[in-house]
Amino acid sequence: MHPALPFLIAALLFGIGVYGVLVRRNAVLLLMAVELMLNAVNLVFVTADSTVKAAVPRSGQVFALFVIVLAAAEIGVGLAIILQLYRLRRSVAVDEVPLSDSSESEKSPVS
Amino acid sequence: MTTADVLIAALGAVALGSGLLVVTTRHVVRAGLWLVVTLGAIAGLYLVLTAELVAWVQVLLYVGAVVVLLLFAVMLTRAPIGASDDLDRPRWPGTLVGAGAGLGLATLFLIGYRWMKVGLPDPGTAERLGGDLFHTWVLPFELVSVLLLAALVGAIVLSRPDIGGRR
Repeated sequence: MHPALPFLIAALLFGIGVYGVLVRRNAVLLLMAVELMLNAVNLVFVTADSTVKAAVPRSGQVFALFVIVLAAAEIGVGLAIILQLYRLRRSVAVDEVPLSDSSESEKSPVS
Repeated sequence: MTTADVLIAALGAVALGSGLLVVTTRHVVRAGLWLVVTLGAIAGLYLVLTAELVAWVQVLLYVGAVVVLLLFAVMLTRAPIGASDDLDRPRWPGTLVGAGAGLGLATLFLIGYRWMKVGLPDPGTAERLGGDLFHTWVLPFELVSVLLLAALVGAIVLSRPDIGGRR
């Protein structure tokens, strides 16, 4: 097989993920684009593992497993952050989030 | 062109097409469903690339758990059900940077690998990969478990305002 093929797919998928992160306004859609990028990286890991002769065999696949676990943790924390944002502001549009905390006139979160 | 090449090209086309739909569709819920197609196609790519265990873990964790969590997030933030026009910012900077990153990386890979041909190794079954994981990679494995615990505690603290950061 030609290793250039899956590498090309991974590179283009990463580009799609970058586009999604930069363009989307909804925080949940942003997380989906981040997932696309993580999957592209995983694809590079697995392809390199099965096409390059490595000193430690199958280390790429082990790293892909680690990345999958990290993505799961990231989604959990990201979901908590997004829900807190929604509770505070009734909106998850990322370009409406104030970047400074100084002009804080919001009421405290309702529990 | 061997069978593996044809399979990889087909699955890659599916993954890229549905990935493009994930970032361009105007329905929030449909983006999640197209994400399922993308992740499934990538799991198929892992299978062709002899990473069996990674493929099944991908189906279990990504297609199973992560997408369900994302759809939960879509519902809990009361996303609009129909098509909505305000999902995107101005597109041209994102298009520029995204296309630049994707095509740049693709060029780098093409320069590095050209059109060389390799044989595929033995499949990474659960037995082999488990042996590696618990011999060579025990310490990172344990660290990942600690990190999962930290993420769990962090998510609980974040989602409970009565114990979270009180100003």
